[in-house]
Amino acid sequence: MTVTERTAGTGMAADGTYLAPGQPGSLVEVKSRYDNFIGGHWVPPSRGEYMQNITPGTGHPFTEVARSTAEDVDLALDAAHAAKERWGETSLPERAAVLNAIADVIEKNLPMLAVAESWENGKPVRETLAADIPLAVDHFRYFAGATRALEGRLTEIDKDTVAYHFHEPLGVVAQIIPFNFPLLMAAWKIAPALAGGNCTVVKPASSTPWSILKLAELIEDIVPPGVVNIVTGPGNEIGKALASSPRIAKVGFTGETVTGRLIMQYAAENLIPSTVELGGKSPNIFFPDVMEADDEFLDKAVEGLVLYAFNKGEVCTCPSRALVHRSIYDEFMARSLDRISRIVQGNPLDPATMVGAQSSLQQLQKISGYVDIGRQEGAEVLIGGDRAHLDGELHDGYYYQPTVLEGHNQMRVFQEEIFGPVLAVTTFDDEAEAVHLANDTLYGLGAGVWTRDGNLAYRMGRAIKAGRVWTNCYHLYPAGAAFGGYKISGVGRENHQMMLEHYTQTKNLLVSYSAKPLGLF
Amino acid sequence: MPDPPDPIAQDEGPGPVPRAVATTAALEAIARLVAERGPVMFVQSAGCCDGSCPMCFDVGEFVVGNHDVLLGTVGGCPVYMDPRQFETWRHVQLIVDVEPGEPEGFSHAAGPGRHFVARSRVLTPQEEAGLGAG
Repeated sequence: MTVTERTAGTGMAADGTYLAPGQPGSLVEVKSRYDNFIGGHWVPPSRGEYMQNITPGTGHPFTEVARSTAEDVDLALDAAHAAKERWGETSLPERAAVLNAIADVIEKNLPMLAVAESWENGKPVRETLAADIPLAVDHFRYFAGATRALEGRLTEIDKDTVAYHFHEPLGVVAQIIPFNFPLLMAAWKIAPALAGGNCTVVKPASSTPWSILKLAELIEDIVPPGVVNIVTGPGNEIGKALASSPRIAKVGFTGETVTGRLIMQYAAENLIPSTVELGGKSPNIFFPDVMEADDEFLDKAVEGLVLYAFNKGEVCTCPSRALVHRSIYDEFMARSLDRISRIVQGNPLDPATMVGAQSSLQQLQKISGYVDIGRQEGAEVLIGGDRAHLDGELHDGYYYQPTVLEGHNQMRVFQEEIFGPVLAVTTFDDEAEAVHLANDTLYGLGAGVWTRDGNLAYRMGRAIKAGRVWTNCYHLYPAGAAFGGYKISGVGRENHQMMLEHYTQTKNLLVSYSAKPLGLF
Repeated sequence: MPDPPDPIAQDEGPGPVPRAVATTAALEAIARLVAERGPVMFVQSAGCCDGSCPMCFDVGEFVVGNHDVLLGTVGGCPVYMDPRQFETWRHVQLIVDVEPGEPEGFSHAAGPGRHFVARSRVLTPQEEAGLGAG
């Protein structure tokens, strides 16, 4: 492609596809390598080692990031501790202004970050433009407002004795970010930590360390040095060093159950709190009345089923189990499968693409493995069921066909999180069975209920043991709606002002305004 | 944590089919890891992101819970699973294998640029019966 074929200034090729980061004309500049962001500076890793960063779109490396070690985690903790007193005492208007300035700079660079995020993770740019990045902007604004609105309390114990309750910062916190929403999940964690007056050391996922460094380039002159520190590298080196450090006051983690248990184990050793979000196998339940009319609502419900393919299924709350009432099963699934068959899969940077590439080769292999398990256990493949091979430079990318498996709830593909565009679907006969199937899982993160009957929707919502029940919608993540798990899906909540309670500690001043002695001694 | 039982006895010999086995590539990677670091352990993960992988740690790094299930040993190394997760794995043999790609979580790599993965095989009814309730 020549320069004249590009649409000047938009970062797009003539066909409307965004140019890959690093290409001439792209919105995103790519350096050959990236250091750690520590104390407001770009600091090379202590041992001078770097690791390749691969885009799943092509399966090829496009830059390098620091392959850090425990020494680098210590440097980041040093910087955070050096900054914590000052940041903790920063006035609320100033603190909120910093959060708002982060939001503003993300918004101003929204297409750039959307393209970077898409290329880093393989997710379609239509999603990063419409969801990931705008939600990150809103998240910082939400916590800028929440921290201004947060009030301490006082209790008048008696006429002359008052209990004052202040929110005080924890100090330095550790935050470990997953690969599925590298920027949005970072925003979910960083915004409340900063709003609470804490400094943070962030470890991005090993497979998606780069887009957050692009964010760091934007905020390095906005956030005071040492308040946000980012260290990249392998989890068994730096993730462990960070999470087990006696120099952190809290650890936040999103990921899988074994690392979640390790995080809580380390937190127990240090006697500090932790927040862990560990995934789900979310049911999406369709009652017969969704098909009472052939209208906009039915269309929305069909899309609601197909949302299992959002972010190629790499979502903790992926509605990966569809429970469809037997009386509508054939017709509702026919409509849904038709919609799925029209999913556009391709270059993540093409705004027409609906399903991009899985975020790593490891994920692609895991998905293939699960579909094989489903076949072994007798599930029927209704659509998809194989790796998708695209042409040209996308040939080596990690693409998997949107897939639907029909079976029963005891199959492993109904019980285990596949983290790919794979839906397991089965039927139910009545409300009681729907509740039973929905809750017959180790997890309880999300759920979806679709019905035109408000009373039924309410009963289901209260009966399902999950931290969030989307009702006649799915995959909305507005700031202000608490997010977190029941059962083994995790401990703690995110995405709500209650996070400020999790990222502060309570100081009680118990004050006597009486001169009268107790009279005991 | 409790000492793992004698590994060799569970790796070999007649008797019920083992619940956990490893491919040759995985056994070689385990042998190299043990030579470099000392004994290691596996814990089968669940949940989002890197769930469904056998996470590999130095023995003792992961505190085994009172209710965790010891599936068996591979290359002399114990393989554990959460008891609730095990309920859906009763009829399955876990096969530890190796694939390209860095590990996520806090797991050791299976050699440079490689990680451990779990494959599985549905047990025959006879094999499952031979394993009893355990």
